[in-house]
Formats: sequence, C-alpha cells, structure tokens
Amino acid sequence: MELRFTEEERAFRQEVREFIDRNLPAATRERMESGRTPTKEMVVQWQRTLNAKGWAVPHWPVEWGGTGWSPIKRFILQEEIQQTPAPLPLGFNTNMCGPVIIAFGTEAQKKRFLPRMANLDDWWCQGFSEPGAGSDLASLKCAAKRVGDYYIVNGQKTWTTLAQYADWIFLLVRTNPNAAKQQEGISFLLVDMKSPGITVRPIITIDGAHEVNEVFFDDVKVPVENLVGTENRGWDCAKFLLSNERTGQARVGASKERIRRLKLIASQAPGGGRPIIEDPRFRERLTEVEVQLKALEITTLRVLATEQKNLGQRKPNPASSILKIRGTELQQAISELFVLAAGPYGLAGADPGADRLNEPEIVPDWAALAQPTYFNWRKQSIYGGSNEIQKNIMAKAFLGL
Amino acid sequence: MDFDLTEEQRLLQDSVARLLADRYKFEQRKAYMKTPEGWSREIWSAYAELGLLALPFAEAEGGYGGGAEETMIVAEQMGRALTLEPWLPTVVLGGGFLRHGASAEQRSALVPKIARGEMLLAFAHTEAQSRYDLHDVATTAKRDGDGWVLNGRKVVVIHGDSAHRLVVTARTAGGQRDLKGVGVFLVDASAPGVSRRGFTAVDGHRAAEVTLEGVRVGPEAVLGNPEDGLPLVDRVVDEAIAALAAEAVGAMEAVHGLTLEYLKTRKQFGRPIGSFQALQHRAAEMMVALEEARSMAMLGAMMAEEEDATERRRHMRAVKLQVGRSARFVGQQAIQLHGGIAMTMEYAAGHYFKRLTAIDTMFGDAEHHLNALATGGGLITAAAA
Repeated sequence: MELRFTEEERAFRQEVREFIDRNLPAATRERMESGRTPTKEMVVQWQRTLNAKGWAVPHWPVEWGGTGWSPIKRFILQEEIQQTPAPLPLGFNTNMCGPVIIAFGTEAQKKRFLPRMANLDDWWCQGFSEPGAGSDLASLKCAAKRVGDYYIVNGQKTWTTLAQYADWIFLLVRTNPNAAKQQEGISFLLVDMKSPGITVRPIITIDGAHEVNEVFFDDVKVPVENLVGTENRGWDCAKFLLSNERTGQARVGASKERIRRLKLIASQAPGGGRPIIEDPRFRERLTEVEVQLKALEITTLRVLATEQKNLGQRKPNPASSILKIRGTELQQAISELFVLAAGPYGLAGADPGADRLNEPEIVPDWAALAQPTYFNWRKQSIYGGSNEIQKNIMAKAFLGL
Repeated sequence: MDFDLTEEQRLLQDSVARLLADRYKFEQRKAYMKTPEGWSREIWSAYAELGLLALPFAEAEGGYGGGAEETMIVAEQMGRALTLEPWLPTVVLGGGFLRHGASAEQRSALVPKIARGEMLLAFAHTEAQSRYDLHDVATTAKRDGDGWVLNGRKVVVIHGDSAHRLVVTARTAGGQRDLKGVGVFLVDASAPGVSRRGFTAVDGHRAAEVTLEGVRVGPEAVLGNPEDGLPLVDRVVDEAIAALAAEAVGAMEAVHGLTLEYLKTRKQFGRPIGSFQALQHRAAEMMVALEEARSMAMLGAMMAEEEDATERRRHMRAVKLQVGRSARFVGQQAIQLHGGIAMTMEYAAGHYFKRLTAIDTMFGDAEHHLNALATGGGLITAAAA
C-alpha cells in the first residue's frame, strides 16, 4: 500500500502545471476563474493546444492519439486542467463518442472521425434523451428506417447540450419497433448536423442560459456506413458510453478550484461586519464540503487504481455511481455557498448592465454569477443517470437487492 | 499510488480474520461480555500468539515492526467482530506513548511484557471538565525531590479498571487550559493513592474512573518532556484516531452486510423487503457513507506517520469528522432497515450501532472536529488574491 503520489507522478504534475501556465490564453483563464463557461472558440483553441502536445485524448489507444499513461497519470492531467481552471477536452468527443467508435466502430469510421474528434475539428453532441425517454432511456422513439443505403431518421431529441455549436450528433434511434425487449431494437448512428431535415431549437434554462436544445429530425437521410456496431445492438454502445461518463462526473479538481476561489471571495465579502469566512455557520458548511471532497478524491483514486489493475476488463465498478452521486452533490453544495457569500448582490443575475459598456460594473462578476450557477447546477443530479438511478444501479448490481 | 496490501499485510489480515471468525462469533462475544472482566483472556493470549500485542513496536525491541497500515488492518478486523479486549488502550495508545515518549530502558522493561500479554495499559486523560480538549488538564504533578506527586480525577478511562499501568496526563506548570505545562507519567495502577471504580461502557467495553491522591512516582515514570508533553499526547491521540477510523470501517462494513442479508430474507407484503426502492436507496446511501469512511481511514493511516504536527492534526480532524458522520448514518440506517429486531440486545445490529456511536464520541466527535477544523481554515487554501 502506498498512498502518496510517486516522485514521477509529482514531477508530471509540475510539468503539466508549467505547460498550462505557458500556453493557456489569459482571457480563457480569467473567464473561467470568474465562474463563466468558456466560449466555443476558447474550448476549441485549448483542445487543439492540448492535442498538439499529445494530451487531448490520453486514454485512447496509442494508435489513435492516446498516451498509454496509467489512470493515475491521466487523473493528474485532468485535475490540473480543472484546477487552473482551463477547459477540459470536449467530453462528447473524447469521453463519449470517441471511445464508442474505438470499441465498436469500423476501421473506416475510426480513420474518418477519431483524428478530427481529438483535434476538435468536429464538435459532437449527444442525441440520447427524448421528451418521453429520460431515466427510462430505452423507451426512446426517434426512428430510423433502412431504405437502400440510407437510414431515414424521424423524431425528436431533447436536452441536447451545445447542439448549437455541433457539427455532428451521435444518436440512439429505434431501428426495430417490434423487438421483444425495448433494448434490442436500438441502434447507434452518427449524423452530420448539416443534413437537411434537422432543426435545432434552443431551450433556455432557469439560469437564463442557452446551453441545451431540442433537435428535430424530419426525414433525415443518414448513410448506412454511419451505423456504429451492429444494427439493433446500439444499447451495448449506450451502456458502455454511460459507464464511461460516470467517472468523469466527480470533477474533484473543478470543485477544488471553486473552493479556492470561494475562500478568497469569502475572505473579502462582508457578512455581519466581518468577512463572511469568519461566520462560524458559513465556515462549518464550507469545511464539511472540503472534508467530503477529500473523501471523494481518495475514492476516485481508489477507483482509478483498481482500473489500472483490471486494465481492459471493463468490469462495472460500484464506485462509479458513488463518484457521480457525491461529486454532483458537492458541486451543488459549493454553488449554494457562493450564493450565501454573494448575499443581496446575488439578486442581480448573470449580466446586470451587460448593455452598459464602459461603465463601472453594477455588481462583481462572481456575485452576479452565484445564483445563475446555483440554478444551473441543479441539473447535475439529474443528468448522466439521475442520482436516484445511480442508487438503483448500486442496489441491483452491487448490493444484490 | 497503490491501495493494495502487500503479501505480508494480507497474511496478517487473514490470520486476524480467521481467528475472529472462529472465536468471536456474536454468541461467543456475548459470553465474553458476561464474564466479570467483560472480555476474554484466552483471546488476549491468542492476540499475543499472533503478534498483535507487539504490532507497533520495533523488531529490535521485541516487536512486530508494524506501522499505521498494519494497525489499520488489525483494527478493521476487530471492528468487524466488535472485539471487547483492551487492544486500543494497551497497544495503540499505551504503545504509542512508549514508542514516542519513552526511553529505551522504559521500553525494554515493558514491551516484552506487553507482547506476551502480561501487561495492560490505559490512557488516563479525560477529566470532568475537559471534554475533548487535550490541553485541558487540571490534574497536577508537583515536583517532590527527584520524583513527582500526582493529584486529580480522571473520568471514563477506557479499560482503566484492568490496566497494570496508567498513562496519566498531569499539569506540571501553568493554568488548566495552557498548552504548555502538561506532563505525561507512567503510573503503576496499584501504587498507593490510586483508586479506581470500574464500569461497563455503552458499547460493552470496560472503563473506569481513576482518582489520584498524593500518588508518588519516581523520575523513571516521566514520558517525554514533563513541561511540554502535549505534542506527545497529540501524536498518540492522532494514531488512535487513525485506528478508530479503521475499526469503524470494519464495523460499518459488517453491519451493512448484516442489513443487506436481512433485506434479502425478511418478507413483508409477500416479497423480500429489499425489493422496495425506498429501502434499496437507503442501503445504497449506506454504501456511499461506508466508502467515504474507508477512503478517510486510508488517509488516517497515511497521515498518522506525518511528522508535521499541524498537517497531521488537520487531516486527522477531517478523518474523524467523516468517520463520525458515516458511522452515525450507517448505524442509524442499519437499525431503521432492520426494524424492531435491531432494537433488541439479542441481535448484533444494535451492538454495532452502539460501538459506532462510541467511536464518534472518542477523542472528539464530528462536531468537535468540524468546529476545530473550520476555525483552523479547513483543508484547502484560498486562491491567491
């Protein structure tokens, strides 16, 4: 048992830190420090910088741009990117669709899509959820009918994150409405967002942001070579993708960065004639979060160390659900503490005076963002398999209930 | 980074697990608890044979040469079996004071006896007013020639009734709550002026009130610096917290397993109650709490050997806070998911619940450490302005 990072791992962390400091544009860092999401251009620019360094897809096979690093080393890179803060490589490309193509795709698909995914030449989005298929994803209805060398897609997807930026969408579609089990009639398709018949309609969420969309498919023609894996076996791809999605959701590095920022803010923001960090109630709530985050960090490392041992076995790990549950709860708790720190300033909303250029700001940026971020973060315990679904998974798969 | 046990550690774990599976079943434990001493001398001898009583001492001094990881491994197994013997006070606390505070002569006189199971120790520290503040010591030690005279009253001394020697904290200088001026003394429990009133604590362990009236000890009784013994106390208590964290993990794991068994077998409304989602989610939440505690027990084992006292203390507070929270949650849910059966003395779940509650109360409960950690600035440093 060795619970400390090795000399080599510490040196690598230092190397990553120096690389980020040298190469990350100041505007990107500043925007993210303030708590805003990076722009599309910032995400693209930074992923290309990482890709040029060979660090955009370290977990992929070496022949497709991976590094062959240990999970711990990959964790260090991810944590350093989050802690800076800098944008992570786009998860739809690198953690979701990319690994599915690597595991289930044809050589032609790999050659065509993977290099462009790694370099963010194509921005991908995820077409899974539908108005009638949320937690019960397998009940999805969006249909694809084989006609000659094409699938004709008709239906609707929803909650499609950043579809407004996307060049491509990976879709779960129903190819056999008569299958004995719902899961057995689903296929995994790659669809060009420029295809005729696709309409993207924004959904404005309670924080006022345009992050998610509805996507409508009206007789959209998709070449059959864009089917990943076997027709009607798309559920295998979906399950594989969702289990990959979960470990990333702990976002320990991002939470650490938020806490550091919050501590700086709270040591300056007033609360009852003193900085609010000196308010015992505030301080204790913050400390509870820090301690739980430490537990989450070690649990994450335990999961990664197990992965390292069982490389390639792809055994589901109960801890991935634990990481999702606690990781999201902690991020939500941190967003609540920002609201407390902002106090009445928080009433201002995300962009007070955005139309008043060259005037003094009405409230500090961090305070203006506190409540919108808190509102937005409620999504975390819903997406990626709601936290209740995670508990169902744990009960069935690991507790034998 | 490697969370696996070494081959040797696995052997240690297996041998303790086997001993306890064989000789510490719940019914056997009940019998040990009913004896006048409240624990088993035969089991104590078995610990000695396995080397568990010599665990933390250096091999050159007749010990097993184990570190914080070995302590964690053994304590976790003891937690699973809910053992009642004075292992923590003798080996972890007493042993800790000997390792960090005693001279080579003091150790050579005691370690072999401890290892053979002939010498029991207890940490006589807590006082009526001190709660969890380690520096709050009203018991006095006054110089008397080359020795000292001790006066004071210690409460809830865990396994203080059976101990041969007591590790006593006493004030050699300063006021009751001063950080300086606390001395640590090794006192013969049969010395004139020492009186003890034993009792059984809530978790089945034994404890005692210890009164010291004009107890005279020689210069050889002093452990460490008699004017500045608090760092020694801090260090040993931190090691004890790490051990308690591991014990709590073992207890939580066992009672979680017991609860899962019950959920699968107990039927109501014509089906196993474990098929109900409300109960499934609680069982899953218990697992989350257990794994958080396990991670923090590992942190405890790592930090127990940290030389920087401030860092060590800070992290150990985090360990105790998380373990306290998890222990309370898992214990309460275990009772709730079982229903009435877990309210009875006849059934093991309630005993796990009680031990877990006791562990939260030892060396500072979750609220105490939360308060101290929060006041001290938490775990994460603020971003630069």
